[in-house]
Order: sequence, then C-alpha cells, then structure tokens
Amino acid sequence: MTKGELGRAFVPGRTRLPLSGRRQEPDRPEALSRRQAIGRALALGLVAAAAAPAEDPPLPVAEVAPGIFVFHGAHEEATAGNLGGIANLGFVVGAEAVAVIDTGGSAAEGRRLLAAVRRQTDLPIRHVIDTHFHPDHVLGNAAFAGPGTTIIGHANLPRGLGARADSYMQGLKDALGDAAAGTAIVPPTLLVRDRLTLDLGGRTLALKAWPPAHTDADLTVLDTATGTLFAGDLVFLQRVPAIDGSLRGWLDAIAGLRREAGIRQVVPGHGPVAADWPGALDDEERYLGLILSETRAALAAGRSLDQAVATVGRSERSRWLLFDDYNDRNVATAYTELEWE
Amino acid sequence: MLKHAAALALIALATLGTGAARAAPVQSNGDDPWPDLKTAIFGDKAIADGSAFMAVEAPARAYDAAIVPVTIRFDPAHMPAGRVTAITLVVDKNPAPVAAVFHLKDGLADPTIGTRVRVNEYTNIHAVAETADGGLFIAAAFVKAAGGCSAPATKSPDEAEAHLGEMRTKNLDAAEIGAPSRVALLIRHPNYSGMQMDQIKRTYVPAKFIETIDVRYGDTELLQVEGNISLSENPMIEFSFTPQAAGRLTATAKDSDGLVFSGAWSVPAAM
Repeated sequence: MTKGELGRAFVPGRTRLPLSGRRQEPDRPEALSRRQAIGRALALGLVAAAAAPAEDPPLPVAEVAPGIFVFHGAHEEATAGNLGGIANLGFVVGAEAVAVIDTGGSAAEGRRLLAAVRRQTDLPIRHVIDTHFHPDHVLGNAAFAGPGTTIIGHANLPRGLGARADSYMQGLKDALGDAAAGTAIVPPTLLVRDRLTLDLGGRTLALKAWPPAHTDADLTVLDTATGTLFAGDLVFLQRVPAIDGSLRGWLDAIAGLRREAGIRQVVPGHGPVAADWPGALDDEERYLGLILSETRAALAAGRSLDQAVATVGRSERSRWLLFDDYNDRNVATAYTELEWE
Repeated sequence: MLKHAAALALIALATLGTGAARAAPVQSNGDDPWPDLKTAIFGDKAIADGSAFMAVEAPARAYDAAIVPVTIRFDPAHMPAGRVTAITLVVDKNPAPVAAVFHLKDGLADPTIGTRVRVNEYTNIHAVAETADGGLFIAAAFVKAAGGCSAPATKSPDEAEAHLGEMRTKNLDAAEIGAPSRVALLIRHPNYSGMQMDQIKRTYVPAKFIETIDVRYGDTELLQVEGNISLSENPMIEFSFTPQAAGRLTATAKDSDGLVFSGAWSVPAAM
C-alpha cells in the first residue's frame, strides 16, 4: 500500500478480550531488564538487537490469552513519533521458545517489540512470522535477524517485498527521518506454500498460506491451544480494508476463514482483538462484497473507471475510518480486476 | 535504473519526429521539461492552442499512480478544418515521456481517444493533435500522482503471466450497424517499465511492453498505436467507430519481445 498502512482508532473494551491476571512485572527496573535483554541477545547472536541503543523502551502489550501478547498499532500515519508503529504486532510464548508475529514499521519499533518480549520471557525467539509484505508489518525484521531466529513468510513474500522495497524504504525515510536508521529489508528464509506447524514447546502454531487476497502473500497464524488467530491484514476492523491483491480472492479467503476449525478469537492486522468469531469478519465482508457488486454493475453499465470511483462503495463511508484515503483506490483496483472476469 | 530509463526515453523520442512552437501547460515551474520535449518531439513546427476544441481529461489527483485514466476529448462543433490524423500523448515528467502515439485512420467515427497511463511524479500531461493538413494543436492537464512507473506492475504476477496477451473489448456488444459506437480494447500485459526493481535480488524486471497495436474493422483501418512503458499494465485503448455492415473487429498487438497477440470479435455480437 503506497500510502503506508495507517493505524486506526482502537476502541478499548468494545470487543477486546479482558486481560488475564498476569502482570507485566511492573516492579522490574527497565534499565536492568534492558541490560538483561541485550546480554541475552548477545548470547543468542542477535547482533542487530544487541546493537540497539539503550533507549528502546518496550512496546506496551496486552496479554490477550495466556502467553499471547499483542501491541495495538497507533491510529496515525507512520511518523518519527510512532516509529511506524501503526499495525498490530504480537508474540506467543511457549515452554521452550517464542514466536513473534509481525515486527513493525521500522527497526526501531522492532527493537521496542524485542524489548517487550524480553520483559515477559528469557526464552529464545526461534521464529519470526511475517503475515504479508506491507511495510508496517515487516520493516522491524532487522531487529530480530540472527542465527538463532528463522524468519518465515508466504512463498510469494520475497517477490512482493522485493518489488516494493525501494518505495517502502524511501517512504519510511521520508516519514521517519533519522528514526528510520537501521531499518533494512530482511526477507524470510523459510517459505510457506500451504501449511506449516511450529512447535514452541507445549503449544503449536498452525500457519496457513492463502491464495491472493489482501496481498498475494497472506499468511495466518493460529495458536491451537487458545484458538487465537493472528489474521494479519486478512482481517480489518474499524479501519477501511485496503485491497492490494485480489478482491475476489479476499472474499474467497473470508469464506475460507469461516471454514477454518478451532478459531475462538482473532487478532486483526488493524483494530481491536475480537472474541466475536466469525462475526469479526462481517464488516469487511459486507464492504468488500459491496465493492464487488457495485463495481460489477458499473462495468455492466459501461461506466468508466472515473465514474466507478465516484460512485462505488459510497454508502459505506460513515462506517469506516480512513474511508476517503482508501476507497477510491480500492474501487480502481476492483475495476481493473473485474474487467477481466 | 536511471541509465536504463534514460535509454528508453531516448528510444521513445527517437521513434517520433516532426515540428514545434508554443504550449499551453496548465502548470509549470522552474524545471518545466516541456519546451525541450516539444523541440525533441516536434522540432520547430508551430503548435497552436487547441483548447477551444480539445481537452485532456484526467483526475487532478490520481487514486492510483500506475493507473491514471486519460481521455483526449474533441468537441466536434468547434473543430478546425482537417481530420485529426494523429495524437501524441506526453507525460512530461515520466522517464519515457511519450506514452503513446495514436494514428487515427479514416474508419474512426471521431478522434476522442481514451487510455490509461503511469505517472511517476506530479506532471503536466500534454496531447498534441495533428490534422490532415499538417497543423498541430495542443491541450494539457496537470495530474498529481507519484511512483506509477516504479510501482509493481501487477498485484498478481502469476496471474498476469498465465493470461499474457489475452484481449477483450468493452461495450462492443452494444454496437449497432450504421451507428457510431464507443468501445474499449484491453490487452492483458504487465507492460513492465524496466524501472521495477527487485531489491532482494538487486535486479530490475526487464522492460517488456506493448509496442504496437493495430485495430481494424474488416478491411478498414481504424487505429494504429505506438505504445511505451508509460502506458499502464493491461493497456486499454478507447475509441469510436461506425460499423457500416456486419463484420469483425480485429486487433493485433506486438510487444517489445516480439510476441504477437491478436483478437477478433463479430459485430453484431454473436449471441
């Protein structure tokens, strides 16, 4: 998405699960924890993390299920102030290892996520999972890169990231200035074409690669023990979905998500964690379905691209944040896809 | 990348050539490339303001810089003498500024042409129409868009490759014998600009784009298009013609690799 993925207003308490009773060790001094983290990172060979400046405070995370922590992205454009932290990020702690799911919009945000992990556990971060190639989800990878950590992504992710990397890096430098320092394109090395299961010790993550939908590299992660699905940007709540893959494919993926077994709550790519499953899919399915039907009607009536952009989807305007920033482009994407049906 | 792009730009300019004089850009500043472009493309020939009868229609702010719809529209009531025989479409600040040259043949019902272009940065888009007596007329529009040339050519590269060269028409099934009909021709092709880099592989996707399109109705020539990398992925050409009798619309396109694609459609449409 060329405009950068914007955050959106998180409405606390509406659909988010109550936090578990576990506290975040508020009495542990930050400096000590940071030194420990750096020491551990060194021990693990996490050079990038070890090189992090001492000022990286941990991202605030919520424990949405036992051992599952989520940072909710800000409702802003990527800026030096938020370090590109506009998408939801998370990590899952097993008995033996940790998996990080999406790393944020810059190396600096990635380091803050790493600090948040180290506040919770000393266990090694064996896996970093990129849910797709958009910059607010993968530009923190550099903070986690190292010999003990495998970065995992959809089989199409390196191609999609490679094709967009120049504009992502330039966009980040324009938005963050000096705060973009250290950010690098770090593609996954373990690629998923269908499904993959990861064992964190006592809990397993079930990864599924999807056909083109939000992008052509969407990967979802299900924590089977708690039924928590990290949907990446296959699920948007409150913030208008952005189509960068295939509109028809995305609607197919939503139908596919409804058929997936064992999901009890969803961590969307943007918006609050929702226990209403599969109800959390309803809003975006309604929006995308409307874009589909109205764009098809515009094509059937011989309307031009401009005319379609001016009319399609307008009835959804009051239901979404950032509608005006994305709807036109979504309709153009739909139009140029559907004229080949 | 710049070297490659510059080479393509030169190629684009070298394939053209005729005369020059005055422009009517709707917006210009210190680094306005139009005076040099005008000389490079049209030489010293005078170009008259055509805004009384022609206009470049494009969204002021593009919703997708890789897909900017442009229509060069003519008002038949105020046309000068002489049929429009060619339209040169220039996206001034693109690396290959000449997006396309449309050669309008006798079979067209009117000279209004639509297409879609990539826009690399905020730019004027100029259209220069040539009439049968050699006169040149100009119109322009300013478009706010950026990054269209280096943006990934397609959201689904696998799909694009699987369907390479497929053609289809729009609105042709509504065509009636003896009546002017406005139709669109689409060719499925990524139209790789040569500026799309794979930063992980540190290589550019080689330029590969539709170079020529010939459109006929039966034996009658309608339109010949010289295309370039500034045309959007899945190039689209919209034009008007009047089928005088039942027949077939045919299109033949050639890309820069020499691949030839063709399509044919019956009028009236076979049900």
